[in-house]
Amino acid sequence: MGKRSKVIERDEVVVRFSGDSGDGMQLTGTLFSYTSAIFGNDISTFPDYPSEIRAPQGTISGVSGFQVHFGHTEVFTPGDYCDVLVAMNPAALKANAKWMKPGGTVVLDVDSCDEKNLRKAGYETDDPITESKLGDYNIVKAPITTLTKESLKDMGLDNKSILRSKNMYALGLVYWLFDRPLDHTKEYISKKFKKNQLVVDANLKVLDDGYNYGNIIQALTPSYHIHPADIKKGKYRNLSGNVAVAWGFLAAAEKSGLELFLGSYPITPATEILQELSARKDLGVKVFQAEDEIAGICTTIGASFAGDLAVTTTSGPGLALKGEAIGLAVIAELPMVIVNVQRGGPSTGLPTKTEQSDLMQALYGRNGESPCVVIAASSPTNCFDYAFYAAKIAVEHMTPVILLTDGFLANGTQPWRLPNLEEWPSINVPKADVNDKDWHPYKRDVEKLSRYWATPGVAGLEHRIGGLEKDEHTGAVSHDALNHERMVEIREDKVQRVATNIPELELLGDENANVLVVGWGGTFGHLFTAVDELANEGHNFALAHFNYIKPLPRNTYDVLKRYKKIVVCELNRGQFADYLTMNFPDIQTLRFNKIQGQPFTVVELKDHFKTLLEE
Amino acid sequence: MAENCQVKFTEFKSDQSVKWCPGCGDHAILNSVQKAMAAMGYKKEEVAVISGIGCSSRFPYYMETYGFHTIHGRGSAVASGVKVANPDLQVWQITGDGDALAIGGNHFIHTIRRNIDLNVILFNNQIYGLTKGQYSPTSKRGFISKTSPFGTVEAPFRPGELCIGARGQFFARCIDTDIKHSVVMMEAAARHEGTSIVEVLQNCVIYNDKTHNAITDKAHNADRTIKLEHGKPMIFGKERNKGLMLDGLTLKIVTIGEDGITEADILVHDATCDDITLHLKLADMEYPEYPVALGVIRSVEAPVYDQCVTEQLAAVQEKSTIKSFTDLIHSGDVWDVE
Repeated sequence: MGKRSKVIERDEVVVRFSGDSGDGMQLTGTLFSYTSAIFGNDISTFPDYPSEIRAPQGTISGVSGFQVHFGHTEVFTPGDYCDVLVAMNPAALKANAKWMKPGGTVVLDVDSCDEKNLRKAGYETDDPITESKLGDYNIVKAPITTLTKESLKDMGLDNKSILRSKNMYALGLVYWLFDRPLDHTKEYISKKFKKNQLVVDANLKVLDDGYNYGNIIQALTPSYHIHPADIKKGKYRNLSGNVAVAWGFLAAAEKSGLELFLGSYPITPATEILQELSARKDLGVKVFQAEDEIAGICTTIGASFAGDLAVTTTSGPGLALKGEAIGLAVIAELPMVIVNVQRGGPSTGLPTKTEQSDLMQALYGRNGESPCVVIAASSPTNCFDYAFYAAKIAVEHMTPVILLTDGFLANGTQPWRLPNLEEWPSINVPKADVNDKDWHPYKRDVEKLSRYWATPGVAGLEHRIGGLEKDEHTGAVSHDALNHERMVEIREDKVQRVATNIPELELLGDENANVLVVGWGGTFGHLFTAVDELANEGHNFALAHFNYIKPLPRNTYDVLKRYKKIVVCELNRGQFADYLTMNFPDIQTLRFNKIQGQPFTVVELKDHFKTLLEE
Repeated sequence: MAENCQVKFTEFKSDQSVKWCPGCGDHAILNSVQKAMAAMGYKKEEVAVISGIGCSSRFPYYMETYGFHTIHGRGSAVASGVKVANPDLQVWQITGDGDALAIGGNHFIHTIRRNIDLNVILFNNQIYGLTKGQYSPTSKRGFISKTSPFGTVEAPFRPGELCIGARGQFFARCIDTDIKHSVVMMEAAARHEGTSIVEVLQNCVIYNDKTHNAITDKAHNADRTIKLEHGKPMIFGKERNKGLMLDGLTLKIVTIGEDGITEADILVHDATCDDITLHLKLADMEYPEYPVALGVIRSVEAPVYDQCVTEQLAAVQEKSTIKSFTDLIHSGDVWDVE
């Protein structure tokens, strides 16, 4: 490997791979993140791709990116600004120039910078570096296309296949930049293309040549050195939020002894959960790809009535369509989980972008008084935890639970320490007792107020339920005025009593600080990093982050009332802030909102929080 | 099946008082369904009756089985979930012309397309009764109702045509008051594996009284309907002397004994024929041009969704090395941190 001429020591680094949507950037980024994770860094990744499958080549709308944040310390976000940008064409450079950290490194395929591509990307001159104001940056002008062709000229590959290997050349070069081993990627290539040895050989050669090119140009560019992080021992794998949700339900099914049923209709960005569970027939998952969103929830309701652990998955527009049926699940008091992977709205909105604007819809988007439990995951890997707990609460309290994630969590990945299922809590299924002479469909557990689950097939428990209001004592249809009022209160009370079985709100940061930062769901990584970095800079803040929205944790009011200044940060116009005010009218909150289809950046959060200290 | 274990049809009646209007055709259909279930030897606990919204959809409350009165139009989706979750259950869906063909049209056709093993009893009274008298998707063009005071300007659905068009493999038709024949139709539906649609021509005594009278009226029904039976010639009429023949691509009514036509010339009904051509023609026959076809018009074996789901699960489970959640998470790209 030899001694390197210039090495930059860093605690953490953000790398973004960017190119045309056909350039293989998602794979390149994924391979790089795996290698970094295996090396021992903590990582967080996020893909950013257009909603069109193949947007016009060479244009900014066709740029596909994959960002990896890795570090010697724990990392909680995929990073805002990148230290290293790999740009496979001028459009990728143009799209990402504003996201470069000052003084960062840009690896640009100069072969792609011809007149045609420069114009397509919207550059007016032939010098995209100067035009993008990257003059002071460390620019590696690498003729990647030419070098790839040169590398493979004697292998007998057609031109198309040669050009397809460009990404491996770039990846080899980035491995050199970070002094990373090539083993994992080589193993992956050999497995992936095992049916075509020529393609294996070509990719391996290009990867090596890309790495060696780093050695050749080392006088011109610094390399980075990031030590492994201090990570808890164990077995790990990389996990995205969507797959984590799917696996959380698999774990819950195994722990409860129930069969898992998913009724769902494809919708961005939730489809991957449906796909993952469709592949899990080996674990007995019954997946019903429904004709529409309504059938997705209605088959789920039917499966729950029949005794399965029943789940449906969707995104905002789909949740709107499911509203009436969720009301049926509420009045029928059947257990199920409705996953809403939030995206930018209203209407079709921004399908591939993230937002937190379905909170009110989840809480109130139904006719009548229609309370459900609402839970939000806050990192890609804890989507597993909250899917598990959503299922546990649904079953044990006989209630629909809405689990909110978002596009950012769904597609982001983190290393996940493989859990030992034996250490996870049991899920106790409240089956109706055939020997209970007093049993009726609306007989309730005295503590939880949940009814018991009597599933078809059991002799002696035949009963009828439905969307009409039922008599509190017999379960027969009732239009009695006072009975209705009692049933409305019971259903609300039942949901509120879930609070006894959820953890208290935890305070992070400095609890004696003057300002409390409040967030919920997918913004945790950015909020925590901002508060943490500010603490290192001598500015102390407290942070309260919510995963349980309805019911709120038991100590919520006690925590909030301690702070005179509370800032609620959300990727919407302030829905959670409004919800807190509704619940605790004497609590005043400030708001920090962003509705751009993008996560917060740590920088903007820190800048804003600092202004709160001055006021 | 041991006769003495059999549940009597009266045991399928729940303790709830039936709240349909006196004279409503639904009472008769309730009886027919209970008799068919008893005749099939069903146990009460293995039956789930699922409905949507409308007069007919109150049905589950009157059955001493498992029952679920759901929301408008979604009965077949809920029933599909029940059947896939527990294929051992006998799942019956009760629906009406509005519930199944208007608000629930999408679920209706897709349930049929999948061929899930449900028995769907479609009460067709050509009116919205529960909302007090608006036209429905099966009301005849020009029908006058509260929302069509000058007559509808829409073509109605023919449920049989829609069912067969959606690749339905079982379609039968009967008249509410003909309990004996209705029970036979429901038993046939129950025995058929896959989605079975039974259209019951039902009278709404309040908002659309006598809508089917032209064909159900005892004085004329022998001449205006034809009871199809598999393997038997398509003969009808009070005198049993009328029959159906093909004239090119259309059906024509002939009289046996006239123009040299004998019984041997009359079409023989084959309900099990995969080809839908003749079944569609029979399902589409309307009075006064034709007699209205009653009986099992189509009953064809085809792969059944819930059975296929169960078989596929078993096949994948047998081959896979992943037997548990722990197997799954340890498969693939896993690394050690030491």
